Amino acid sequence: MVEFHEVFETNDMVSHENLDVRTITMGISLLDCIDPDLDRFLEKIYAKITTLAKNLVSVGDEIGMEFGVPVINKRISITPAAIAGAAACRSPEDFVRVAETLDRAARDVGVNFIGGFSALVQKGMTEADRNLIMSIPEALARTERVCSSISLGSTKTGINMDAVRLMGDIVVKAAEYTKDADSIGCAKLVVFCNPADDNPFMAGAFHGVTEADCVLNVGVSGPGVVKNAVAKVKGQDFEVLCETIKKTAFKITRVGQLYAKEASKRLGVPFGIVDLSLAPTPAIGDSIADIIHEMGMEYAGAPGTTAALAILNDQVKKGGVMASSYVGGLSGAFIPVTEDRSMAIAAEVGALTLEKLEAMTCVCSVGLDMIAIPGNTPATTIAGIIADEMAIGMVNQKTTAVRIIPVIGKDVGDVVEFGGLLGDAKIMPVNMFDCSAFVNRGGRIPAPIHSFKN
Amino acid sequence: MNRTIVTLVGKDKVGIIATVCNYFADNNINILDIKQTTVQEYINMMMIVDTTEFEGNFETLTNGLNEVGEKVGCIIKAQHEEIFDMMHRI
Repeated sequence: MVEFHEVFETNDMVSHENLDVRTITMGISLLDCIDPDLDRFLEKIYAKITTLAKNLVSVGDEIGMEFGVPVINKRISITPAAIAGAAACRSPEDFVRVAETLDRAARDVGVNFIGGFSALVQKGMTEADRNLIMSIPEALARTERVCSSISLGSTKTGINMDAVRLMGDIVVKAAEYTKDADSIGCAKLVVFCNPADDNPFMAGAFHGVTEADCVLNVGVSGPGVVKNAVAKVKGQDFEVLCETIKKTAFKITRVGQLYAKEASKRLGVPFGIVDLSLAPTPAIGDSIADIIHEMGMEYAGAPGTTAALAILNDQVKKGGVMASSYVGGLSGAFIPVTEDRSMAIAAEVGALTLEKLEAMTCVCSVGLDMIAIPGNTPATTIAGIIADEMAIGMVNQKTTAVRIIPVIGKDVGDVVEFGGLLGDAKIMPVNMFDCSAFVNRGGRIPAPIHSFKN
Repeated sequence: MNRTIVTLVGKDKVGIIATVCNYFADNNINILDIKQTTVQEYINMMMIVDTTEFEGNFETLTNGLNEVGEKVGCIIKAQHEEIFDMMHRI
C-alpha cells in the first residue's frame, strides 16, 4: 500500500524540485527511405516521420497528466542523414533541402527538436559525409528545430584529424550564419568521440544504424531532487553521501522506466533505453553546479570539483541501473554552462574555467557543453579544443563531446542570451596560444593501444 | 480495479472532505482509503480511490477535481497509483 509520506515526497519533487521527464525521443530509421531521386527521398522521409510520430506529443502529454510528472520535451532522432541521404544528395545544397524537410516534419508533429542531421566520420569521410558537413552552417541557419552531430573519433578507430580541422571552420561558419541571434546555430551543433546510438538528448541524438526501425528512448532528469537530497546530509561522510545520491537516482530513474513502458504501450513502438543523465536547465535549483556546491564546494570549479562530479556520476549510474532493465544513451551528469544558471555564475566569478571544465569531462557523461567563447577565436583554436576533448574520450573509452559557441561580435565578459532551455551566460576566455601547426598536419590519430582487444 | 491516488493540499475549512466525497459519490468512484493531516491551518489529504465504474476518462476526472478544488480553495490532483509504487518499491 502506498504511504502518505511517499505520495507527498513524489509530489514535492515535482512542485518544488523541478522533477520531470526531460524527453521522450522517438528514434526513426530512414534507411528504407533511401532513393536516388532527391524529391522522392524528401517525400518519403517526411511521410515516415509524420506518420510514426503523429501521436508522440499528445501521448507524452497524456502520460504526464495521468501520472503527475510532466514530460518536458517530445523529440525525434533519425538515422544519420549523411547515410540515409547519400544516394539522393550530390551537393551541400541538397543536404540543406533535407534539413528543411526535417524541420517541416518536426514542426508538423509538434516536436521541438529533431536530431540526426549527422555524419559518422571517425575514420574517414565519404563524399556524402563531406557534403553534409559543408551544408551545416546554412542548414542550421535556415531551420529552427534541426540538430546536427558529427562523430569525429572513437576508441576503436582513433581520431579523424582532417574532420576535426574541418569542424573548426564549420563551427565558426555556423556562428557567422546566425550572428544576429548570438550565433545560436552552434547551440544545435555538437561533435562527438564514441557517440551513443540511442542517446535521447539533443543536440547529439541520432538513431544508430544497428537500431530497430522505430524505438522510444527516454531521458530522465532531476538535478534539483538530487541537490535537495544532498542538502539533507550536510557534513556527513562519503558513504552517507553516496547512498543518498544512489537512492535518489533510483527513484528518478524509475519514473523514466515507467514512462518509457507506458509510452511504448500507447504508441505501439518498442522501448529502447532509459538515459539516466542528470540534465540541468536554467531554472533556479535545477542545476548540477548546485549539487557540487551542496557537496562542499564554494562554487563549481573549486579544487575538489572533479572528485565531486566523479562521485555524482558514479552514484547516479549505480542507482539508475538498479531501476531500469535497459539503461543506455549517455547516462551520467551533464555539465553545460549556459543551460545551468549556477554553472554560468561559477564561470562569471572566475571559479570555473575552460580548462577545469575539460578536466571535469574526464569523469562526467559528456563534454564541453554550451560554452560561449569570443567570436574572434580562430577556427584552428576551436579545432584544438575539439582535438583535446576527442583524445579524452578515445583514451578513456567514454563518450566526449564539444558544443561550443564562438559568439560573433562579442568578447570576454559580454553577455549572451539564448533564452528558454538554452539559457544565458557571459563569454568565457579561451587560451589564445596558437595550435595551428598541430591541427593543420592532416590525417588521422591512430587508435590507442588498448583498443586492440581481439 | 483501477486505483488512483488523489491528493489535496490547501487551507482547511468546514466541508472540504464532504465536497470531495460527494463528487466521488456522484461519479461512481469508490473511496478505498483516506489519510489526512492538518498542520496549523493547512490540510494535506490523500485518498486512494477505485475509478473502475467511473464513466469518463482521466482528463474528465482531472477537470472535475479541478472544479471541486476551486470550490473548496484547495489544489486537488489525481495520479495513477503505479508512479508511487515504481518510485518507492524495489
